[in-house]
Amino acid sequence: MVSAQPAIEQIWDWLKEVADPEVPVLSVVDLGIVRDVQWIAGARQLVITITPTYCGCPAMDAITADMRSMLAKHGIERVEIRQQLSPAWTTDWISGEAKARLLDFGIAPPANRAVDVTEIVPAVVACPRCRSRRTEVLSRFGSTACKALYRCLDCLEPFDVFKQH
Amino acid sequence: MSAGSDNILFEYLLRLGDNCLILSQRLSEWCGHGPVLEEDIALTNVALDLLGQARLWLSYAGEVEGRGRGEDDLAFLRDAREFRNVLLVEQSNADYAFTTARQFYFDAWHSLALSELMRSADVRVAEIAEKAAKEVTYHLQRSSEWVIRLGDGTEESRHRMQTAVDALWSYTGELFEMDEMDRSARERGLGPDWSALRERWMQYVARTFAEATLEIPQGTWMQRGGRHGVHSERLGYILAEMQFLQRAYPGAKW
Repeated sequence: MVSAQPAIEQIWDWLKEVADPEVPVLSVVDLGIVRDVQWIAGARQLVITITPTYCGCPAMDAITADMRSMLAKHGIERVEIRQQLSPAWTTDWISGEAKARLLDFGIAPPANRAVDVTEIVPAVVACPRCRSRRTEVLSRFGSTACKALYRCLDCLEPFDVFKQH
Repeated sequence: MSAGSDNILFEYLLRLGDNCLILSQRLSEWCGHGPVLEEDIALTNVALDLLGQARLWLSYAGEVEGRGRGEDDLAFLRDAREFRNVLLVEQSNADYAFTTARQFYFDAWHSLALSELMRSADVRVAEIAEKAAKEVTYHLQRSSEWVIRLGDGTEESRHRMQTAVDALWSYTGELFEMDEMDRSARERGLGPDWSALRERWMQYVARTFAEATLEIPQGTWMQRGGRHGVHSERLGYILAEMQFLQRAYPGAKW
């Protein structure tokens, strides 16, 4: 018996259900971690190319395990996950729609232009609760590698900011 | 295949990877001891980025060496004389000014170094550098801000910051040293002439110190040796802690 190989589009849809373990409002596809999905012709083996957000992000192992179990649920067992470093991951790959979901979740989304390694620009970040632009940095690093900690000077709430990267 | 040329790449990668690994381990010592919670988190996040970068350099080094050693073998089973990090990164955390000064001197060099390595003729080196450069830009922003904040702060913080930048100054020369191996690597297009980065580094340091109201140290005698495996006794203590588990329980996994 030969069952049909699921279409690549179908696999992307399944991967869209794999949430980032630390920012569950975004999927691994929203984040731009999944770069490519291919069937190896004739081998019935799937190759997924991913890129790490930060070099030391401890969530990467959990993410690959979650992707494997999601695919296993749909009967795909032979999966090779390849890591690619270049082009380096950037928050520019997060769609406008996904950024809106981050904001609703209470995390200020990253600014639209990725950080330029040749210049140092302090970005103005709006408060995700009251939208005030009067905010200040509490710490350049927050609860995970991809976030910083800010405070709103109007509503006084501290909040996470997804770092522009 | 020329064994000699592979050895150059292997050693080159160890130098890059060991800087990240040892500084990461040093910064990790602050975990749970930061002066405020936010800084505790920041220091350990910088440590985490550097550890990730160390893994990329050292796993590549292991592949290049071709003797079956992986990143863990290189991190946990080499002795002090086999480590190739600069002496700067193994210096003690001491007080917060020392930790900040060490980070600032290193970040300012690291950011320049990576922007050059992004153009390496070795594709893998260029890719790792491209990835790491973004993280290090952020590290440099943070450490520069702290140099300014502490330097241009209270009398006490300024005094401590000046003491720290003076004390660590003699460890900055090694970052720009060119030896036979660096020259061969440069000829192969692996990486830059380190000595040529010194002027830009100095300009950045001078600009930051001016804003921080700190004086630029004047000493010209420089410490050296780390890149050739000749370390201060401090590295032994770092390795004792970092390597203990794998030495006492070889092959332990969890």
